[in-house]
Amino acid sequence: MRELALHLLDIAENSVAAGANTVVVTVEEDSRADRLRLSVEDDGKGMDEEMAALVTDPFVTTRTTRKVGLGIPLLKAAAEACNGWLRLGSQVGKGTRLECEFQHSHIDRMPLGDVAGTMLALLVGAPQIHWVYRHRVNGDEFVFDDRPIKDELGELPLTEPEILSYIRETLEQGEANVQVPLTDTVPFIP
Amino acid sequence: MPNVKSLEDLKRLKEEALKKRQAMSTSGRAQVVVAMGTCGIAAGARDTMKAILDQIEADQLSGIVVTQTGCMGKCEWEPIVEVAVGKEPKVAYGKITAERARQIMRDHVQGGKVVTEWVIPA
Repeated sequence: MRELALHLLDIAENSVAAGANTVVVTVEEDSRADRLRLSVEDDGKGMDEEMAALVTDPFVTTRTTRKVGLGIPLLKAAAEACNGWLRLGSQVGKGTRLECEFQHSHIDRMPLGDVAGTMLALLVGAPQIHWVYRHRVNGDEFVFDDRPIKDELGELPLTEPEILSYIRETLEQGEANVQVPLTDTVPFIP
Repeated sequence: MPNVKSLEDLKRLKEEALKKRQAMSTSGRAQVVVAMGTCGIAAGARDTMKAILDQIEADQLSGIVVTQTGCMGKCEWEPIVEVAVGKEPKVAYGKITAERARQIMRDHVQGGKVVTEWVIPA
């Protein structure tokens, strides 16, 4: 995957599969500290410790009875290659929180990519879930909470063209308002 | 923040959408499902989904429900898109790029004609 936004989509799909009611997706960029942090937090069915260890590192376990994807290990490897880390906390019946951090200016860090597109795909694709998206850039913040929109729409699907335009434009404009200044994006070469 | 749309805008748009939806018959309704497992996403499923949604906006297509599903176990065919128009049986398409998705929206979803060359063989 070539964008962090695609990883976010992939991780959030795990929350969908875990039967979450609410999923909070967060992107935090701090150019002074030179860090970029992503997190996905859900209130889905959660995992026990054994399973949580398995999904972050599938190659060092003997367990083969469960179907486990490569999505999380891929993101973990990408973060660790950029002076970063990935952590996963989970509790059965409570939910799961995945968090990872990158050195913002690292030359190998994937671009954030089209997060608005990722959120739109999630909102439309899994409308039963209450989605919250936050993007903080230094002091600025864009928060998107789909609840007021869904309350207003009632039974009307999100995929009606007028509604789709409204949601897409809200996400794209919100994203455009929180961008890291170009002067802060000089790459770090290790 | 400037330019951000208000819920008042949404109220107005909702009324427009409801009017159009009531005017159309149920036979013109369609369901489109995009597979969004890790395999699908890595193969480009998000851009496929985006192309489908863009087409709905561009051609103002009412009555189409687009949803997603996880890995369907046919990872080599990703991105996979399933289309069901009206009461017709659903059709599974494989290797659907953004461009192919737009054509499926035009020919199958709008035109009612299955795009046979991209149907996943049984």
